[in-house]
Amino acid sequence: MVRSRVPLAAVAALAVAASLFGSLGCAKRADEIVIGEYGSLTGGTATFGISSKNGIELYMDDRNAAGGIGGTKVRVIVEDDQSKPEEAATAVTKLIDQDGVIAVLGEVASSRSMAAAPYCQQAGVPMITPSSTNPKVTELGDYVFRVCYIDPFQGMVIAKFARNTLGLKRAAVFRDNKNDYSVGLANYFSEAFQAMGGTIVSDEAYSEGDQDFKAQLTVIKSKRPECIVVPGYYTEVGLIARQARELGITVPLLGGDGWVSDRLLEIAQDALNGSYFVNHYWEGDPNPVVQKFVTEYRKRYNATPDGLAALAYDAAGVLTNALDRLREADPKAFQALKGPRNDAQKAARAKLRDLIAATKDFPGVTGRISLDAKRNAVKPAVFLGIENRQYKFVAAVEP
Amino acid sequence: MLRRLLLGAATIGAVWAVDRILVHGLNPYYYRILVLCGLNVILALSLNLINGVTGQFSIGHAGFMAVGAYTSAAFTVYGVPRWFGVTPESGPLAAALPFLAATLLGGCCAAFAGFLVGLPSMRLRGDYLAIVTLGFGEIIRVAILNIDAVGGARGFAGIPQRTDLAWVLGWCVVTFLVIRNIIRSVHGRALLAIREDEIAAEALGVRTTRYKVTSFVISAFFAGVAGALFSHYTYLHTNSFTFMKSIEVIVMIVLGGMGSLSGSILGATILTALPEALRFASADRLIIYSALLIVLMIARPQGILGHREITLRWLRRRGAP
Amino acid sequence: MQELFQQLANGIAWGSIYALIALGYTMVYGILRLINFAHGDIYMVGAFAAYFTARAMEGSALAASPMAAVIVLASAMIACALLGVLIEFFAYRPVRRSSRLTALITAIGVSLLLENLGIRIFGADPKFFPQVIAPRTIQLGGGVLVTNHQVMVVIVSLLLMVALTLFITRTRTGKAMRAVSWNRDAASLMGIPVNRIITITFAIGSALAAAAGVLVGLTNPKIEPLMGIMPGIKAFVAAVLGGIGNIPGAVIGGVLMGVSEYLVVGYVSSTFRDAIAFVILILVLLIKPAGLLGRNVAEKV
Repeated sequence: MVRSRVPLAAVAALAVAASLFGSLGCAKRADEIVIGEYGSLTGGTATFGISSKNGIELYMDDRNAAGGIGGTKVRVIVEDDQSKPEEAATAVTKLIDQDGVIAVLGEVASSRSMAAAPYCQQAGVPMITPSSTNPKVTELGDYVFRVCYIDPFQGMVIAKFARNTLGLKRAAVFRDNKNDYSVGLANYFSEAFQAMGGTIVSDEAYSEGDQDFKAQLTVIKSKRPECIVVPGYYTEVGLIARQARELGITVPLLGGDGWVSDRLLEIAQDALNGSYFVNHYWEGDPNPVVQKFVTEYRKRYNATPDGLAALAYDAAGVLTNALDRLREADPKAFQALKGPRNDAQKAARAKLRDLIAATKDFPGVTGRISLDAKRNAVKPAVFLGIENRQYKFVAAVEP
Repeated sequence: MLRRLLLGAATIGAVWAVDRILVHGLNPYYYRILVLCGLNVILALSLNLINGVTGQFSIGHAGFMAVGAYTSAAFTVYGVPRWFGVTPESGPLAAALPFLAATLLGGCCAAFAGFLVGLPSMRLRGDYLAIVTLGFGEIIRVAILNIDAVGGARGFAGIPQRTDLAWVLGWCVVTFLVIRNIIRSVHGRALLAIREDEIAAEALGVRTTRYKVTSFVISAFFAGVAGALFSHYTYLHTNSFTFMKSIEVIVMIVLGGMGSLSGSILGATILTALPEALRFASADRLIIYSALLIVLMIARPQGILGHREITLRWLRRRGAP
Repeated sequence: MQELFQQLANGIAWGSIYALIALGYTMVYGILRLINFAHGDIYMVGAFAAYFTARAMEGSALAASPMAAVIVLASAMIACALLGVLIEFFAYRPVRRSSRLTALITAIGVSLLLENLGIRIFGADPKFFPQVIAPRTIQLGGGVLVTNHQVMVVIVSLLLMVALTLFITRTRTGKAMRAVSWNRDAASLMGIPVNRIITITFAIGSALAAAAGVLVGLTNPKIEPLMGIMPGIKAFVAAVLGGIGNIPGAVIGGVLMGVSEYLVVGYVSSTFRDAIAFVILILVLLIKPAGLLGRNVAEKV
């Protein structure tokens, strides 16, 4: 009996699944703007996702406490993507089609932003990524924006600093081969550094989460570089610096904005003295925006913000700023954003997109942010040096 | 023969119709989950052939999936525009044939990998074989990270999105039929004999090595197909093929009941839907998920269905007073 | 040459960490035939237990004394022994009579639970592990540099290997363990309290994982909730490499893994560091299917 063995389990299972979903779905309250955020709250890069979430939460709660956008509160729905690209796409589909968000914030990792961005583009929902640096991310569509540097810019900045300011010729690159940010930055740095007449004497790799780097560092040491460029995250850089010093490597380490965190010097202790990295701001900056962010973040989360929290804070800022301008310029469209998902709202989202694209000189924690024609942030970079476990300002590089 | 052809055509028509109805009538979020669910069904059914039916222990299924995903994607990106003249902008109909070719290619490459991984089963048993499959999965991932042409750690960009529910459901049906027919054939009896007692099976004249390697090859083929469908659906990055993915598939078949095909389908569906249903718990959902897993294993160690199958006849019997 | 010796010295130290974790793995496996997936996560909990103990002592007179390290280590080992016993009682014991895959899935569930609880309770960001023993660099001659922590790891793993071997071969409990591992039902009939023996096994195995966690925390002072995943897998591989269930085998397997990783980075390519470990494993298993020191037991029909 062939017909009797139909996989009825499939039917049964679908029914189970459907009933599970049926109970979900959030009731949308009338007078609020709902935006979505997706990030890695669990999985391998949970620490970055949680930092970003904190940054956005801090900004939005502040803003709502101060009356929101002209009296309208902003609600952020946060979805976890388990640090997986396919989950990022699922999370964003859920935010857009289930929760009806009018804009999306996220992700840290470029690969996950690239998984999700096409859905935002297709649905006409603006998406601002706080910290995806791969140039390809914003090329995915005109609804996709970012508030961070792109890899080529930061790579060039580091190369210039090493070659011109420090006058070094021989650099070693130590990249996180599992991390798209690190690989991209390493490639663009190498390109720029060689174009300026420098040599890459060694190009070694590690994987995020590694605890032991001495094998690679021994190889690097034997090539006698004048500096080691580590375009990774603070989670590994502290240990790398320690182990380099334990092996008797004394040359400075150079890095990008992935280094930014309190934990960096806590873990590295004295090992990073004499090293340099790119940042968006420095804690000693008298700029009240920076000071307010740093003190409030410390107070609320009992930790110093890392670069990802600062960028997420600014992504939330850029979005709310555009919403502010929309409310002033076109109150009707602003009302439509709160309403049901119809053509009026779609037109309003398109207007919101235009206003985000027109962002100019937004005073963020990570600098004055303007968005260029390719929807990338244009802002200065700051070079910080480390001395006696203290940061010191070295140079600012204009875009 | 004619009846079979008709049945086949009817299935294709039905699958296509279901897809058309759902793509317009269903919230895209649910549609997406259905697609992911279908992919997991293919993975679970195919792994069941090795772990459930043949009684071997593979924990590297994500590796086969990765092989299929990357080879088919490379074929679509580099080969298809040249040989078929189909570009990412072409419509779905013109792209159907090259996409079918890409999935088959992905499946075949994965099957070859399955052959290589299956070979050590000549000498290795149980946990030792498991470790070899685990090692294979890790090796594949590291290798892909080092190939620049497929993007390395940055992910493989620019793959046209070809997969829809029709393709996935179609392949689900094919996987189910092929594996069901194998189990029912004389070859299937041999595989079951190996599961129950390998030495006894060998003594009875079953060529155990050949059967074990074959089950690896067939299983890997479908895992590769699932990978190919996956890579044409969402952004392709090695983070999707970690060791945890292999574990996820194992959990699906154990939950559903080892050796039971309908169990695999049930397990795959539940484990795709469960994390979504737990979204309200936000960051706590994986805590709940893992706790549920432990409780389920304690409460029902043989899985939901055990060795049984859900069939029409079984349902009718249950329904009768 | 100096470079080679440097790589070898560090490779042995790194491999000893794998060996430490592998010891616990191999013990539990030897007795229960269970791949205790949560072992790597118990190692993580051990590191965090030590972290919180050290933080609690900070500023007190104890923190400055050499006793600090002992207290930190002891508290971590006790905490993890308790955790191991609890896990065994609540999660593994109920599925002991079920199929091995069921037990494996349960272990995976426990592992996921510990990781996600870790993220929730300890926070996902990495923590700095207090340096209860100040790091010092030691010249080994020929320009080879190691730290006192690395030397400590090697010595401790060797000591533990010897102690465990003696425990298993010379004590009554050890003999009972071997009996349980040989045939659980027969052991039970001979009056051996099987449940208690298994509990002891888990306590010891988990305490070993905690010791590894503390030593790793000292050597590489950065701990986070997911730190156990990769070392857990690699240590398991090391245990299989040496012949699972075999105590000296675990240490040899671990050191072999560490050294081969270092040589791969030094003389092949750092991008293949994680892959080559597995390639070597597969090759060894093809030649010696039961691992380096494992015995090939002929199966009876």
